[in-house]
This record gives sequence, structure tokens and C-alpha cells, in this order.
Amino acid sequence: MGDALTTPPAFPEISMSSSDTAYNKTGQWRVMRPAIDAANCSRCGVCWKFCPDAAIALVDGAPRIDYEYCKGCGICAEECPRKCISFELEDK
Amino acid sequence: MRLSIPPEELMRPGHLACQGCGATLAMRYALKALGPDTIMDIPACCWSVISGPFPHTALNVPVYHTAFETGASVAAGIRAATRVLGEEHTTVLAWAGDGGTFDIGLQALSAAAERNDDFIYAVYDNEAYMNTGIQRSSATPYGAWTTTTPAENFKQRPKKDMVRIMAAHRIPYIATASVAYPEDLIRKFVRAKALKGMRFIHILAPCPVGWRAQPQHTIKIARLAVRTRLFPLLEIEDGVRWRLTVNPANPRPVSEYLALQGRFKHLTAAQVESIQESVDRNWNDSEISASMRARGPGER
Amino acid sequence: MTAPKPDPAPEVMMGNHALSYGALRSRVQVVAAFPITPQTQVVELLSEMCATGRLAAEFIKVESEHSAMAACIGATATGARSFTATSSQGLALMHELLHWAAGSRLPVVMGNINRAMGPPWNIWDDQTDSLAQRDTGWMQIYCADNQEVLDSVPIAYRVAESVMLPCMIVLDAFILSHTAEIVDVRSQETVDAYLPAYAPRWRLDVKDPRTFGGLTEPDPYFELRFMIERAMQEALERFDDAHAGFHAAFGRLYDTIEGYRHEDAELLIVTAGALAGNARVAVDRLREEGLPAGLLRIRVFRPFPVARLRALAARARRLCVLDRNISFGAGGIFAQEIRSALYGVPGAPEIRGHVAGLGGSEVTTDMLCDMARETARAPSCGDLVVWKGLRDAPQHSA
Repeated sequence: MGDALTTPPAFPEISMSSSDTAYNKTGQWRVMRPAIDAANCSRCGVCWKFCPDAAIALVDGAPRIDYEYCKGCGICAEECPRKCISFELEDK
Repeated sequence: MRLSIPPEELMRPGHLACQGCGATLAMRYALKALGPDTIMDIPACCWSVISGPFPHTALNVPVYHTAFETGASVAAGIRAATRVLGEEHTTVLAWAGDGGTFDIGLQALSAAAERNDDFIYAVYDNEAYMNTGIQRSSATPYGAWTTTTPAENFKQRPKKDMVRIMAAHRIPYIATASVAYPEDLIRKFVRAKALKGMRFIHILAPCPVGWRAQPQHTIKIARLAVRTRLFPLLEIEDGVRWRLTVNPANPRPVSEYLALQGRFKHLTAAQVESIQESVDRNWNDSEISASMRARGPGER
Repeated sequence: MTAPKPDPAPEVMMGNHALSYGALRSRVQVVAAFPITPQTQVVELLSEMCATGRLAAEFIKVESEHSAMAACIGATATGARSFTATSSQGLALMHELLHWAAGSRLPVVMGNINRAMGPPWNIWDDQTDSLAQRDTGWMQIYCADNQEVLDSVPIAYRVAESVMLPCMIVLDAFILSHTAEIVDVRSQETVDAYLPAYAPRWRLDVKDPRTFGGLTEPDPYFELRFMIERAMQEALERFDDAHAGFHAAFGRLYDTIEGYRHEDAELLIVTAGALAGNARVAVDRLREEGLPAGLLRIRVFRPFPVARLRALAARARRLCVLDRNISFGAGGIFAQEIRSALYGVPGAPEIRGHVAGLGGSEVTTDMLCDMARETARAPSCGDLVVWKGLRDAPQHSA
């Protein structure tokens, strides 16, 4: 017991978060890649609304996929009412 | 541009959910509705992992991860503490999976409902123990394959009727919700937030992995669950006043819902027909149709 | 803040009510409890105190002990001082959440009335229920009288909240729980001066949102366990501080291990809980017979006061350990812990373990004297575990 316990440890005392999950670039998981055809996009926001990874931002109303986090589930491509999101194998 | 749901995001990217996870969408919407003045407890479920490994978190509200059967009892303690500490304005949310709600957590949930404890209990229902690898729960529907109900002996009993169990407790507010209907889901959480006492929200949250479905079909499947009348979207006040919030006037056949999910692919045409019959019976012979006769159709 | 009027001191109360008064004076903010014999009066009185407003606490009437501990965990994690009480089967049902409270570093305080585990049903005194929870990360205090029960509540909160670990206060079924004794209840002001309001080092706070207890990988998990052990070791010092502070404020002296006529004793009876009362009488009688006997009463069992035990037991030739509990296949639990603590200490006394009084079976002063005499006279002690009080021989197993 003695010695080890008198050493002031740098360990955390409790499992408590100190940062968010931004470190975890889940884009690496992607096999299929969605891509928005901006020319045909009506900016309806449906792709943004249904993204389970909160990886689509609306920039001045235009959806922009954050490929650092997009896991490539394809919901956006499936749900796009104008079918202007392609969903194809990632170029490796 | 006018957005149909609030723009604020309290759920961050980088979380550990699988592709196309319905549980993740459910969380994203619920937090948009409830806002940052919310304390959440999460019993063992997929979200125990999704929120991210220590010291990281995908959730920007205070979260207490707790043991499997304690979603409701820990929430009761949190609420009691906010009351003595003068923080009663804070919304308390218990966020559990179907296993933690329909099965192991049912005793504590029933007790909290009987006491009418003041918190929101939300269950994201993916109809099996998905986090442990797709074992059947009492929320698994008739006919489904899971790793403990193999196709040769698929789930023979119907899904436990959690909504009616909760209604029998006469709690102030019960709602069902779907990740395919975020506006409806968010409106129900906003409504629940404004009420006092026990509020129960049952969210159908497809699991592409466990349902043997394509991840891009999560919303499509969830929508079909509603449009086939298999999963009615409704609200119940005080356990007795039922109201349909989405009325699928021209219902799709249940076979369309089942066909998108490999977990049902072993079913014969006769078995699919029996599911259709049970869906029809539930719709026509229940409080749902009674409420429609009394009040006219719902919003859509 | 205007201080409430001091209570008229009840002069006589059962151990269970002493526990309730301890919680009252500690200004607990959330109580969650489920009834079990012989604990019921603890929570009956607390529910009355809450109902009349005498205690400004939320009382959650849960449907099980498991939910009682869960609610205390939720409340403490949110920053409220919480309390519960249970016994036997109820404590066993809580087992999972005892780990949870300690692992979350939540200073919940709980009373446990020592009662035998079933089957068969038995509601009487037996320490096996609480000792079976020794590895959960809870501190444990064993009380010898009702005054100590009451006093131990603020002491427990003071230590628990300083090291952020939960603490269990243990008292014997019926012998303390239902037996009336004279108990001094000091004013709220006195206790407030001793025990400040709970100021958590971390809590569920919407202004500083954190996630607690999420998936933690092997290496940080290992470090977190080390920190619990470190906090437990630190708690030994905090108990000494809390006992000294209590002595200064209340005039009553407690210690992690308490001795009676032990300084020059060749034979020490070692026990815990209310049996210490009989043991004191036995020591006096043995001394009259010419046997230089003494007593050590283990008050704090977790953290185990190893250094204190070594200091107090070093001069004795033999220890006569009396366990009102059994770890099947390994004998009495206090005897095991004491053997382990004294192993390798040069000149350490020999130890003879006795198991007696299980399920409330009577342990008389005569029996205690017999055990002590036999321990003193035996050619050697070995690993003997003596079962005392069985109707027929054999009286022991190795």
C-alpha cells in the first residue's frame, strides 16, 4: 500500500467528460459517399433534418456535408425529395 | 429559410452510433425540443456507448450513465434533488432503450409512474437488445428474427403493449413518436416539457443492424411503420383521452414495412397476413378508432 | 439564515430512531427507502419528520431497495445530501448499486440493520449481510450502542463528503434497532457547526454540462479504481479528524478501533457491534479470575484500520476473535481480515476465530468467557474456526 498511495497521482478522480466527440473523425467509417448536386438543390433542409450524425450544416440555407464526420449512411440521399444527392462507393 | 425543427444542436457529431442509427436521431430531436436546461440519466442501452468514451461526450447536457434497471429511479432522485436545491425549472429526462423499459426497468418505471414523479421518461424502441448483439426483448414484435429467436423459431408472442401499460397508470401525458416525423416528435417533447408529473414518450427508432435493413432506409422504414398503421402516432392525456396526431388515411400494406427488413424475411405469406390482421384489429377495435369517431381525424 | 429551535432532547429511543435523528440533525435533503424488518422505524420516523416539515427533505417512497439506492444516487449526483436505510435482503438487492454509488464517488450515507440472510427466513441479528458488501467501495461503521448510532450519522457524512465515497452505518437487529437506550440529541446548531452543508466537487449541473460514468477504457478504468483505493486510505485519516472534531464539539470520543483494558492485556477479545457490550463484562470477569484480558472493538471496518490494529494488538499474546457472521469455506470475516492485517508482523499474536450468534442465536457473557479461556489455554491456535453455541459437539471445524 504505502509508497504507491503517497505518490500524488495525475489520474482523474471520476469518469467525467472534459471534451466533446469532435476528436472522433467518423468520416473514416464511410464506405458510401453522399454528394449534393448544389445546382439542383432546393434548400428544403430535409437532408439536414434526417442526418443521424448532425454532419450536415446549413450554410445560408444550403446543405453542406461535413465529410470529417459523415458515416455514409445514405439517409440524406434516400430522403432528398429532388433526388439530387448521389450515393456512391467512396474513392479510396 | 424556415426550418421545420429547431436549429440548435445539443448532440454533437463524432458519436459512436452505427450508420443510420434511429436512436441517434431520436436523441438529436429530443434535445432540440428540451434545450440545455435538461438533466438526463441513461441506463444501459446503445446510448451508453454512443455518447462516446471517457473523457469525451457527444451530449451537451449533464448526463448520468446508470445501471440497466434504474432509468426511472435515478431520475426520481435527480428530480427530488432539483426540488430541494431550487432548480425545479430544469427538465429531468430518463432516456432508455426498450430493454431498459419494457423488461428490466419496468418495475422502477411503474413505481415512478404510480407516484407520478415529475420527469419525462423516453424510450427509444429498437425492438431488441441491440447493444449486446440483437437478442429478443419483450418489445420485439411477433415474427421477428433475433439472435435468440432464430428464424426456425422466430418470436412467437406479440410485442408488449407498453403504451397501454403506462396508460393504466393514469399519468398526465403519454405519446408515441417516430424518427420519421421529427416535427411531431419535437412538438410532443415540447408539450411534455410544459407539463408536470410523469410523462412517457415511446419513440420507434429503427436499428439497421438489428433489423437487417439498409442504413439509408431508417426513415423510410419508420415512416412505413406509421403509414401501415402498425405504429400509430398518438397522445394520451391522463391515461384516458386518446388522440391520433398523424392519421394515415390510406394505409399501406404491412408487407411493405416487413419487406425492407431482413429480420422478417423468413415469414410465409400467411404469417404476413396474420400480422396485417393484428394491425387492422388493433386499429379498428381500440381507443384509436374510438377517439377518431369522437373527435374526427387528427392533424393529417 | 435563522437557526431552528433546538429539539427537546428525547431521553430514551430505540436504535432505529437514533438513526432517524442522526439523519435529521445531518439535514439530509433526499430520503428514499423501502420497508424491511427490522429497519422500518427508521423510515417511519423520517417520513413523519418530512411530512410535518421538521425535516426539509424530499421523501421518495420507492418500490424496492434497489430503487432506494438508485434514487439516492440520482439525488447525490445532482448535489443533494441523501440517506436511506435497509437490512439483509434489501441490502443484498442493492448490491449492484452499492458499486455504482462508490464508482461514481457519491457520498451517500445509509443505515443497515444487521439481519440474517435467508433462506430460511430469519429476522434476527447477523453481520453477514453487511460484511458481504465489503468489496463494494463503501465505508462501514459498526456501532455498539444507540448513542453511537446517532453520532455516526454526521461523522459518516463528514468523512464521506470529504473523500467522496459512500458510507454504511451498521447496527445490530433488535439488540440495538429495537432496544431503547438513553440518547443525547444535541441542538441543530451544534451539529451544523460540525457538519457543513454538502458542497459537491462534481455534480449534474446544467451550467457546466458533463457526462458521468460513460464507457471508460481499460487503462483509465484502472486509474479510477486506484483513486478509489487512495480515497479509502485517505478516509482513515479523515475518520481520525472527524472523531477528534466530534470529541471537541460533543465530548464523546470515538476511534476506528476502540480498546478496553487492552494496554496490558495478554489476551484480547476482538469483535464488532453490540457484542462489545457483553465483551466488556467478560473482560472484567476474566480479569477478576486473573486472566489479563482486554477488548478491541472494530468500529470502522472499511477502510480497514490496519495500522491501528497492529498498534493495539501488538503486545497481546493471543486474539480471541468473535464473528457474528460466516464466509462459508473461510470462517468468520473479521478473523480473516485480522489475520491478514497481522500477517508477517514480528511477534504478532496468535489468532483463534470463533463463529457464534448467527441468525440472532444467543451469545452470552459466559460463552464469551469460555471462548477467551479456551483461547488462552489452547496449546496453539492454528487455523481453527470454532463454532460456539451449537447444541452438540463437534464445536469446530478447521
